[in-house]
Amino acid sequence: MNVMEPQSQLLMKEEKTRETKRMSGSEAVMQSLINEGTTMIFGYPGGAIMPIYDALYNYHDQVHHVLTRHEQGAVHAAQGYARVTGKVGVCFATSGPGATNTVTGLADAMMDSTPLVVITGQVISSLLGTDAFQETDVVGVTQPVTKWNYQVRKAEDIPAALARAFYIARSGRPGPVVVDITKDAQVNEMDFKYEPVKAIRSYSPESPIDFHQIEEAAKLINLSRKPLALVGQGVVLGNAEKELLEFLEKSGIPAAWTLLGLSAMPSDHLLNVGMLGMHGNYGPNIKTNEADLIIAIGMRFDDRVTGDLTKYATNARVIHMEIDPAEINKNVHADVPLLGNVKKTLPLLTGKITKNEHTDWVAEFEACFRIEYKRIIEKETAPDDKGLRMGEVISKVSSAFNDDAVMVTDVGQHQMMGARYFRFKQSRSVVTSGGLGTMGFGLPAAMGAKLGAPERPVCVFVGDGGFQMTIQELGTIFQTNIPVKIVLLNNNFLGMVRQWQELFFDKRYASTELINPDFQTIAKGYHVPAIKVTERENLDDAIKQMAETEGPFLMEVLVEKEGNVFPMVPAGASVSDIRLE
Amino acid sequence: MKTPDKEEFTLSVYSENHVGLLNQITTVFTRRHINIESLTTSESAITGIHKFTIVVFATADNIEKLAKQIEKRIDVLKVFVFRADEIIHQEIALYKVSTSSLLGGNEIEKLVRQYGARILEITPEYTVIEKTGHKEETQELFEKLDPYGVSQFVRSGRIAITKTKKELLENYLKKLETDQTQLN
Repeated sequence: MNVMEPQSQLLMKEEKTRETKRMSGSEAVMQSLINEGTTMIFGYPGGAIMPIYDALYNYHDQVHHVLTRHEQGAVHAAQGYARVTGKVGVCFATSGPGATNTVTGLADAMMDSTPLVVITGQVISSLLGTDAFQETDVVGVTQPVTKWNYQVRKAEDIPAALARAFYIARSGRPGPVVVDITKDAQVNEMDFKYEPVKAIRSYSPESPIDFHQIEEAAKLINLSRKPLALVGQGVVLGNAEKELLEFLEKSGIPAAWTLLGLSAMPSDHLLNVGMLGMHGNYGPNIKTNEADLIIAIGMRFDDRVTGDLTKYATNARVIHMEIDPAEINKNVHADVPLLGNVKKTLPLLTGKITKNEHTDWVAEFEACFRIEYKRIIEKETAPDDKGLRMGEVISKVSSAFNDDAVMVTDVGQHQMMGARYFRFKQSRSVVTSGGLGTMGFGLPAAMGAKLGAPERPVCVFVGDGGFQMTIQELGTIFQTNIPVKIVLLNNNFLGMVRQWQELFFDKRYASTELINPDFQTIAKGYHVPAIKVTERENLDDAIKQMAETEGPFLMEVLVEKEGNVFPMVPAGASVSDIRLE
Repeated sequence: MKTPDKEEFTLSVYSENHVGLLNQITTVFTRRHINIESLTTSESAITGIHKFTIVVFATADNIEKLAKQIEKRIDVLKVFVFRADEIIHQEIALYKVSTSSLLGGNEIEKLVRQYGARILEITPEYTVIEKTGHKEETQELFEKLDPYGVSQFVRSGRIAITKTKKELLENYLKKLETDQTQLN
């Protein structure tokens, strides 16, 4: 009798059960998320995703689910969470309208390179293509606004699809990913085993470093007399803040930042010369065409930064440090393209350059700043006329939090004012919709930012227009008790559009004036304490009250109705044509 | 400023063989308002890798950007861009004429000989002629046959292979391996 045979079979069986575990597709979703380190999910349930929500019910001690009031809010919240933590933001939404409601957030995350995994429920696979209830071709709809998307129709495919989704979302230039899972795949049983994805044959998240180009770039830097560094979000996404400062401090090169590069370096750093672009600072714009060398670090020469490309950086050679090959030569020709993660390329470059100081050149930026201060900044942050200004509110709120809060903004005038007048000490302190310019982004993004950085104060600036696009998220803030500080800068106008109408459309204010509800009553309805400031003398006390309140708080400030953001590079004009008034 | 001239380019797009890839690739063209002149898909010489051959008219600058955007799609391995002189390419055309016009004289038979075409099928009603060649050649034959009544005409998309010995993709796949060692 051979006793060995059955015993070894038993051992093998045991081994198999140790390796894999029998479970439903929905539980596999939860297990996969836990394997990827997910602790926070933003979402909204519905018919086609109910099995996943049912599985979630068993995991409440490991994963916190935030029930938003709209799927768009869920995606923006996940974006806020991802931007402050550097982790992948995760969302759940149901099929059909649930999925289509995520599209704006996906497009926003795609433009601003934010890592997201959005899981949508889908109708039972046998019903696909039959116009079933709440069926939408989610893969087709989201294809242009995602880095990758995929439909799962079998339970056993779930772990591999999610492993791939997380890898793609967070690697290389990050971006949003959609995984659409049919209801039968959620319900059916499978053998679960999780293997994280480490490489995909058809996808190179990072290009290898070209050492010859490093040499070429160093040569240009060493010869340059008027170099200007342009800092983009690539520095933040690559966690290369330290490497950036080492490069700048050795080279002595002044650095200006894009909207999404804001907070990559401290506001008070001597080489920080301010913001680029349409409403950026005077110096960095006007000096772009005097510079003899542009060093673009993890930025993509957006049209709001460059203005008229034919009149952009006309005297400069360009070094473009960038992780995404498709950005090289897309808008601005790169004399020296430096592909790769700036975390790796910056130190190599720093090692090759000679220590330098550009005292006179940096002093030129300071002179520009003095002009801008006199003509614009002083009037905006310390006005002597009657009306309250956005700039003074923002500057004071920044001070109240010791210039070390996370700033979230919606889109419009207050966003530009926030970028100009809020001050920062550490990176990952700005959450704003840059590329897509999504009104309604601010409030939900602030919820995600606060949940991602609970130890830091989070202030969100919103206008009266954008606030009302996602105002229902006050319900989420109340239910989940998210202590965000909401600063509503109310001018009873769609301010940025009104500004353009004033400057370029003969003051024809077509559909930009808002007759608003009583925001104080609305806040009260949502149990969010609120205060309204109409006079300058009450501003300091209101800010103090907001800062000292433990939970969420709404401070509404009635600001000047027809205030404008300056400087301004008019759309399509050259950066040299920046207007101070 | 003079707008740069548009030229004919042939793109060879190598990708994984997944559902929905065609859509991913064509939206890159649609978004930039570039019309696809012809498109064929087939397997490549490398198992599991699919190949799209796409012909477009565009400026050299645009085509470079376009190729990078296609390569950016996760499931796309590599895009190669060729001008006509860098590749050997071919198209196939089918023409249907009535058999009575074929039998009515020797003109059609002459054209078939002259253009190196061949007759695929003859029925009492119609005759199907096949010709392979460049677009100009198949078009010319169409115009010559037209006076005798072409009741159906169809031309395939371009297929192309490079003048280099192997699939360029093989070199690329080798490079990927060395790149990986540098990155790790």
